Order: sequence, then structure tokens, then C-alpha cells
Amino acid sequence: MNSEFRKISYDGLWGNNIVFSQSIGLCPLLAVTGTATNGLGMGLATTSVMVVCSALVSYTRVLIPPEIRIPIFVVLIAMIVTLVDLVMNAWLHEMHKVLGLFIPLIVTNCAILGRVESFASRQPVREAALDGLMMGLGFTLALVLLGAAREILGAGTLFANATLLLGESFAWLETVWIAPYRGFLLMALPPGGFLMLGFLLAGKKILDRKLAARAQSAQAGDAALLNET
Amino acid sequence: MEAYINLFIKSVFIENMALAFFLGMCTFIAVSKKIETAVGLGIAVTIVQALTVPANNLIYGFLLKEGALSWMGLTDVDLSFIALMACIGVIAALVQILEMVLDKFFPALYNALGIFLPLITVNCAILAGSLFMIERDYAFGESVVYGIGSGFGWALAITAMAGVREKLKYSDVPAGLQGLGITFITAGLMALGFMAFSGIQL
Repeated sequence: MNSEFRKISYDGLWGNNIVFSQSIGLCPLLAVTGTATNGLGMGLATTSVMVVCSALVSYTRVLIPPEIRIPIFVVLIAMIVTLVDLVMNAWLHEMHKVLGLFIPLIVTNCAILGRVESFASRQPVREAALDGLMMGLGFTLALVLLGAAREILGAGTLFANATLLLGESFAWLETVWIAPYRGFLLMALPPGGFLMLGFLLAGKKILDRKLAARAQSAQAGDAALLNET
Repeated sequence: MEAYINLFIKSVFIENMALAFFLGMCTFIAVSKKIETAVGLGIAVTIVQALTVPANNLIYGFLLKEGALSWMGLTDVDLSFIALMACIGVIAALVQILEMVLDKFFPALYNALGIFLPLITVNCAILAGSLFMIERDYAFGESVVYGIGSGFGWALAITAMAGVREKLKYSDVPAGLQGLGITFITAGLMALGFMAFSGIQL
């Protein structure tokens, strides 16, 4: 049981990461990651939608007729996104203004429908909710990474305006990395998002290859040790 | 008339759905490996967009907008908070109807489009078209032009992307960037090209 939870968590956060491995959910990923704070806000909104949707679908999975499951899922997701939209508008108004149109667009984030369809509709509630949480956090990780890279290169700051999202107690997050900086507009504009994501994917590929090589050499070392003894 | 032409050009080039707003990205990346499939999907998106934006415009204007129900005698009812659910419902239903109509009357086109039609329901360019239309308060005529224009702009972008990727097969890409990495960088360079249109006042 415990190892299954660990596997779900690892898959969600890294092994089967929505962005880096499955490359879906790309519209919000590229569109709102001008700064790390926006990425974090969008990631948390998506995560909350994913957890609730996964749990709800898993809970009602025996009631939903398989022929019309997709429209039902879409309407369920739309309902929860509407709730999140209203909640953010009420309590995080400044953030809501920044993310704007992209909160309603969580509905068509194929990552959510994908997880609901391929995982939550076949699993018990607890696993489904955990999977939603971990997949959402993995997505948030990707958003924050991309947002941070673009923000540092584009404006020289990191987590600017984080207090709008998290409250005054998180003012320490707002840091300036390159002090007298004239800005690199390309990174803040749409093309920068594509370019940076391309480089991040290349980085992940190299990292994975290094890890695999290390695992292989460790295995070879073990085998050699066994042979000696 | 001139206003409509301006709106069309604006929605195709300056506010291109794929390359200026990053909408419909998942399919944009996944289905742009071959020109033929890209063209097929582009046509499908244009048709669906040209149908759903005006349909949502009518529904929003006559049922959901604040005071829209005054023709029923309900003057201060504001249903705009369920616009999102109404839009996605209309899109899902229209895609389903389109699929059945094509299957019955145009089997050749239906077979050519294949699995792309149902996928369009979760293409965010479609939903975003309707949401932009609501946000900018387009009249019915404008919504027709905007629907056709934004769909055509997306089709143009994915066709161009597929063309570049077909050529890219023969080039020597650095090891780490092979596959998705170089695809995103190509898209980035194309977006850079489309940025040249921004700031044009029509």
C-alpha cells in the first residue's frame, strides 16, 4: 500500500510529469509563465481543480455510463473551474486579474481530462485524489521552473509580486537577482516561453541520460564486485 | 464592411491563436508532424470555430448576459457566471452534431478528419475563441468574422509548423534537443516572426 502511494507520488512529480514527460497542458504552461509567481498561482489553481475532479469522478465512477462519460467529465470539470474562478476573484482579486482568461481555460487543460479518464475513473477515491494532487504538484513544479527561468532572464527578479498571491508573510520570496538590469524583453514575450521550454526539455533529457548512465555503471560495479567475491 | 476585414486580418495575424496566445498548443505540437494531417485538423478547427463562436454569441446575448432575459420579463437576472459551462456544453454538443452530419452527408471528409473531430472539444483555442468573444462584447456579425478568422489563423500556424517539421527531419539537430526540444524552439522562432505583426493598428 505504502509503496503504491510512493509510486504514484514519484510518477506525478517527476517520472510521468505532465509537462516534461507527457508534454500536455501546454497552453497555460506557456501563456502565464512570464513570472514565477504567475506560474505558482496557475499551478495551485490547476492542482486544486485536479484533486477535486479526480476524487469526484472516482467517487461517482460506477454511476457514470461509459458512453457519455466524456461530456460528463467536461461538465464536472467546468463546474469546479467555475468555483475556483469565483473563489479567486473574491479572495485573490489582483492575481485573478493577472491570470485573467487562463483560469476558465483550465477546463480545456487536457492534462485534467487525461488524468480523470486514464486514472481516476478506474481507481478508488484515495488513490485518485493522491494522483490528482501529485500530478498537479508536478505541473506546478514545471510552471514555477519555467516562470523562474523566464523571470530571471527577462526582468532580473524572482517571485516578484509574490505577496499578491501568498500574503505579506511571504515578502522574503521576492528577490532581485540582477540588480541594475535593463530587461531582456524576448524572454517575457511569447517566443521566449517556447525557446525556454525547448531548452528545459533538452536539460531534462541530458539529466535523464546521466542518471541512466550512473545507474548502469553502478549495476556494472555491483556485478564486478559479485564476480570478485 | 471595412471593420469586418480589419477584424479578420487582426484575428488571423496579429492575434494569432497559436503563436501569440499559445492556445491549442497540445494539438499544435502533437499533430504537426505531417502536412496532410495538419491541414485536415486545421480545416476541422476552422469549421468548428466558425460555428461555435456565433452560437455562443447568440446564447450569451439572449440568455446569459445581465438583463438578457428581459424579453421574458426577468429584467435583473444575471446568469453570466455560468457562461463557462454553457460555452463548453455548446462546443461539446456542436462537435458531436458536426461529427454525425459529416458522417451522414460527407463521408469522405469525415474519414479524412478521423479522430481529430472529437479531440477538438478539448482544444483550448475553441473555448478561448468564445471567451474572447464574450470578453470583448462582439456583436453577432463580428463574432462570425472573428470565429472564421481565429480558426483560419490557427490552421495557418499549424500548417506552417508541419511544413517546417517535415523539412527538419533531414537536418542534423544537437543530441539533447532532438524531438520535442527543437520543436519548441522552432515554434518560438515562428512566434518571433508573428510578433512582427504586433502593433499594427487597423
